[in-house]
Amino acid sequence: MKRLDGDRTGAPLIGLRGIVKRFGSMVANNRIDLDIRAGEIHALLGENGAGKSTLVKIIDGLLQPTEGMILWQGREVVLNSPEDAAALGIGMVSQHFSLFDNLTVAENIAVALPPNESLAGLDARIAAIGARYGLALEPSRPVWSLTAGERQRIEIVRALLREPRLLILDEPTSVLTPQEAERLFVTLKALAASGCALLYITHRLEEVRQLCDKATVLRLGRVVGSCSPREESVQRLAALMVGSEIEDIRPVAAHTPGPVRMQLTGLNLPPADPHGVALRDLSLGLRAGEILGIAGVAGNGQSELFAALSGERVVADAGAVVIDGVPVGRHGIDRRRRCNAAFVPEERNGHGAVPRMTLSENVVLSRHATGGVVQRGLVDLEAAKAVADEIVTAFDVRRGRNDPLACILSGGNLQKFVVGREILREPGVLVVNQPTWGVDAGASLTIRQALIGLAARGAAVLVISQDLDEIFAISDRIVVIHGGELSEPVSARTATREAIGLLMASGKGQPHAA
Amino acid sequence: MSIAEAVLITVITAATPLLIAALGELVVERAGVLNLGLEGMMAVGAACGFGVAVMSGSSAWGVLAGVGAGMALSTVFAILVLGLAANQVASGLALTILGLGLSGLIGAGFVGTSRAAIAPLFIPGLSELPFVGRLVFGQDPFVYGSLALAGGILWFLSRSRAGLKLRCVGENHVAAHALGIKVLHVRFAAILFGGACAGLAGAYLSLVYTPFWSPGMTAGRGWIALALVVFASWKPLRVLLGAYLFGGATVLQLHAQAASLGLPSQLMSAFPYLATIVALVVMSVGRRTAVTPGSLATPFVPDR
Amino acid sequence: MRLELVPRADPGARARALAPLFALLAAVLIGGVIVALMGRSPLAAFHVYFVQPLTQGWALQEIAVKATPLLIIAIGLSFCYRANLWNIGAEGQFIIGALVGSILPLVTHGTGAGAWVVPAAIVMGIVGGMLFALIPAGLRVAFGVSEILTSLMLVYVAELTLDYLVRGPWRDPKGFNFPQTVSFDATLPYLVDGGRLHAGILLAPLVAVAAWFVLKHTLFGFGVRVAGEAPKAARFAGFRPNRLVLSAFAISGGLAGLAGILEVLGQIGQLKPGISPGYGFTAITVAFLGRLSPVGMIFGALVMALTVIGGENAQIALKLPLDLTRVFQGVLLMCVLAADALVTYEVRFVSEARA
Repeated sequence: MKRLDGDRTGAPLIGLRGIVKRFGSMVANNRIDLDIRAGEIHALLGENGAGKSTLVKIIDGLLQPTEGMILWQGREVVLNSPEDAAALGIGMVSQHFSLFDNLTVAENIAVALPPNESLAGLDARIAAIGARYGLALEPSRPVWSLTAGERQRIEIVRALLREPRLLILDEPTSVLTPQEAERLFVTLKALAASGCALLYITHRLEEVRQLCDKATVLRLGRVVGSCSPREESVQRLAALMVGSEIEDIRPVAAHTPGPVRMQLTGLNLPPADPHGVALRDLSLGLRAGEILGIAGVAGNGQSELFAALSGERVVADAGAVVIDGVPVGRHGIDRRRRCNAAFVPEERNGHGAVPRMTLSENVVLSRHATGGVVQRGLVDLEAAKAVADEIVTAFDVRRGRNDPLACILSGGNLQKFVVGREILREPGVLVVNQPTWGVDAGASLTIRQALIGLAARGAAVLVISQDLDEIFAISDRIVVIHGGELSEPVSARTATREAIGLLMASGKGQPHAA
Repeated sequence: MSIAEAVLITVITAATPLLIAALGELVVERAGVLNLGLEGMMAVGAACGFGVAVMSGSSAWGVLAGVGAGMALSTVFAILVLGLAANQVASGLALTILGLGLSGLIGAGFVGTSRAAIAPLFIPGLSELPFVGRLVFGQDPFVYGSLALAGGILWFLSRSRAGLKLRCVGENHVAAHALGIKVLHVRFAAILFGGACAGLAGAYLSLVYTPFWSPGMTAGRGWIALALVVFASWKPLRVLLGAYLFGGATVLQLHAQAASLGLPSQLMSAFPYLATIVALVVMSVGRRTAVTPGSLATPFVPDR
Repeated sequence: MRLELVPRADPGARARALAPLFALLAAVLIGGVIVALMGRSPLAAFHVYFVQPLTQGWALQEIAVKATPLLIIAIGLSFCYRANLWNIGAEGQFIIGALVGSILPLVTHGTGAGAWVVPAAIVMGIVGGMLFALIPAGLRVAFGVSEILTSLMLVYVAELTLDYLVRGPWRDPKGFNFPQTVSFDATLPYLVDGGRLHAGILLAPLVAVAAWFVLKHTLFGFGVRVAGEAPKAARFAGFRPNRLVLSAFAISGGLAGLAGILEVLGQIGQLKPGISPGYGFTAITVAFLGRLSPVGMIFGALVMALTVIGGENAQIALKLPLDLTRVFQGVLLMCVLAADALVTYEVRFVSEARA
């Protein structure tokens, strides 16, 4: 990598001046100033919806600011496309990987190279970068066969092959095990030492304190503070981010769980699509009054597990899934709902809710089998409307006008609606996949508190989550899913993050080896 | 010329228009666009090709006109599905209805006109070889062209940088956009190429295969070409194989009809369509891996 | 300059209702240009196509007669299209419906069988179309074969089957070798003596009202809409995808079959090749012109029937070829799709160099 000397002129490598980005009437970024110097690891902190992603897309040329300017080494530049940004030396490792499952690693890297660059010897270059920064990859493997960590390496290698002077990393650890994250940090520190500037986007404060030299905090689209994170406490950083001292979840006093309400015995499920994960011999008892957290790295069978538990996919063995003593393995989702179970899928737009239908129609979506909104095959939209209003009040859903289309609601409000729709039924068993994914802190708190409340009233709650913080915050017991298999449950009070992390990385390995 | 030789030559002529049209559509679909308007573009290509060839007296102008007509219609399709993100299935159907109608308007003046088919190449010496002479060295230029096209597309998709980009666009347009690939530009180019191929295939029908123009002369070949792409799992060499198998089946059916096996002629005529359905079923049953381009038939609207 | 599409949050009902009218206007203008390019007077053509039929009593009746099959087929198709299923083989289902429905009238011909033949034939026509539509649906459910190509291929199979029957086993022995069956004894009564309106026309609005009720008020209709909007949400709701595919195709095929047998019993009175002037394809345009809503499709069917009559008039009066009507239909469908896009998205022209 070239020695970089952006500092010599005294100007920062990149400077943002008064950046404003509006989408219609929504202001995503409001007069943002930001300086990053060569060799610096700069954290961009903020909770979901603070405007981090928008700002990053502007720096990467994917979006154009409504107002303001970008200075590169003191000179104004206009970035109309990612190509423009790449030409300056701006690289990006996105949170959502831009990868092509059916193509090989080498093809995935080749397509991102500048057009004038030869592809000859690409495999050797991939190997060289890999050796230098600890990013091992097999060029001929198809991407669908790789783990999330390996996929991320492709993204990083892609960026490094273009010898970036500024590398943006958007929530890079969100899909990694703690151990993979540690390995990533080593790579990033080596990069910074070689003179590359890093913009590190996250909402994980511990990582910032461990890795970053400077931090800029965004809230509601504005810069609300910048500091040297190693000199600040986590609490102060968090307060800056959220705008007040964050309220903690009120845990329920230690209690003994009741009888088993949902039992899995030797549950097997073949993958639904060619690249899917098979569930193998899952056994688990979910007890009344407890929240059981299923931790795991994305793509290890979480969506398959949700499908098998909810009945979106049925299995041949009726006894593989038992709800309150009723074998339901062969029953579809509506018959499981009639057994007083309820389900919240991961994706709210298009799975848990239909974006282009009204809230009351979305009530019918999951309530039609359990009475109240459908009589003799006819939909009672008045009754559904009443239920929707009830959910809106109970879960503080901000909906603008009366009974809008679901797509009008913000992510957090729609998620509160979708979770509320199920919890208000007072189900005996609730299965939730990623309850607070991409949701602001306020809505997260409401949702987690509601889950804890439901369990306290005697329901059995199963939470599938990739967010270890969430798992530890609300679970009574923790199980790890890896490669379609479940680990033995451990108590959340005694488990350590390291032990869970090892399980996430290697399945049924030895949790005490750490 | 032996009977077998004659039959094989007709197989090749029957297969060539299917091959050309299907190869064009393959590129379009690998870029993530489903253009169901193949039949309409072929029909217009046939009518324009024949009309211009008759009026100008030049086969070359006719061929060019067929290609141009296919591209013009595909541009209309591109405006709908790329510019306005309209539903691709419905837009393709509209293109078919429009194309069949237009071909009738354009061709009406040429019904009953006949002209000599574009002549096969004749290479002294080689073309006179027994059996293989006419078969391998005595075909019309389009046959060689279509084989070269199959090879070229294979190379383009698997070896070239532009082909890699095109595959990426078809596989996952969101990721391709994020990498700075101009999704809509790539798709527009692919659609134009598909239109050119369909127009050429139509011109082949009216200038070489029949050679005259009559209403409805495409007779569902556009739809069969569409099915060939699926049958071939979006792979160029398999399209080649499929087109020749299909050409063979068509010719067999013609000969069976002539031999009057006692079967109703309509059953024989229905054979290509039934065979297509059976082929689609067989391919779906045997398929284990995901081969359909990931973004096929989904409109792309970059968020800004 | 670059074109940019910005999704509208909620376009509102008025824009949605007006879009097809603007599409129609645009298509008429484009059609006028094409007529002018053919060296004819667009105004004269417009008059013959769109005005004259509305001023003549017989033509008004004829519009109702032609709109009937178009509306019935389009309503069936709308169930498929709303569920994001692409049945483009209604033409074949129409023919098979006509064919299966004709079995009884043919068998009972000359036996003086009672009034039961007509309703029974109608039921058989519905069942025939339904079963024929279940072929592509079944292949999709069982093997994952795309319904688009199979449903279309079966149109050719249906046409050839009809051709075989009327030239072979079902041909009228006293028909001077014409490819046609005997004229049925059992036909639908006319509503007015000496008119063109047969009793089958009354069924079309009934079908429209029933479809409106099913889509708007029943759980099944809700399931169809959810499946089209968000297939994963439909699975989450517990609507079985396979069952939905089969039922949407059954409805669609059944209605196409109904249209087919009504056409034979009410209009033609016998089977012969070409019993459908492409109703099954024209109905696709009707469905989109009506925005897949039953009320809208009544309007769409009347407009398309008008162009069919107008096209026939224009052929006689102005020597304009019938293919012009097909061109117009293709252009109209394109304009409808474009108008739809303009309702869904706001189109902005952005200059490449930003100010």
